Amino acid sequence: MRLLYFAWVRERVGVGEEEVTPPASVTTVAELVAWRAAASERHAAAFAEPARLRAAVDQAFVPLDATFAGAREVAIFPPVTGG
Amino acid sequence: MIRVVVSTAVIDLAAELAALERDGAVASFTGLVRGDDGVATLELEHYPGATEAALGQLAEAASARWSLTAATIVHRVGPMAPGERIVFVGTCAPHRGAALEACAFLIDRLKTDAPFWKRETVNGAARWVEARDSDDVAATRWE
Repeated sequence: MRLLYFAWVRERVGVGEEEVTPPASVTTVAELVAWRAAASERHAAAFAEPARLRAAVDQAFVPLDATFAGAREVAIFPPVTGG
Repeated sequence: MIRVVVSTAVIDLAAELAALERDGAVASFTGLVRGDDGVATLELEHYPGATEAALGQLAEAASARWSLTAATIVHRVGPMAPGERIVFVGTCAPHRGAALEACAFLIDRLKTDAPFWKRETVNGAARWVEARDSDDVAATRWE
């Protein structure tokens, strides 16, 4: 599965995307973030405050408690600031 | 007719407005980069693919709700200087009420529903712009 990062989440993690294979016990986006936070100090810093994170599953915005079963792509990013 | 563009190119206001003239009323909103607090550069990051899809869905929703003849959303990405156009929203309908309301809906919802992130540079230091609660409030008034 492809994991994408944008804005300061991308900067903190240090890469814009990575290929990951989460364990079967990880089913929601929030669990995915918590699992990935253990990957490195940079990931831990990026995901330290889940309340400041937003997500999209296969390019559709979802709440963090949404599941991502079968998704090809999950994106993690800060609240959007366009317009 | 729906037109959605996400590009680094300068927004051609005259051409966008002229292309919307397909019925009795055209309304538009143009957002410019503000130079508040010494901002020298504003850079827009986006989520390619998801951005265009989100803007297309908003334009479709507005077209259906207000029976628009045409709707255009153009959003610039990449680095910009103060005074440059960052976003253009235009609507066309038989009468002004629908065109004006749909235009306000599009710019309000674009701020909360499309994956763009602003980074500003002040005195050589870059910082990510924080989302504003007032934008969420503005977006919810259309529910």
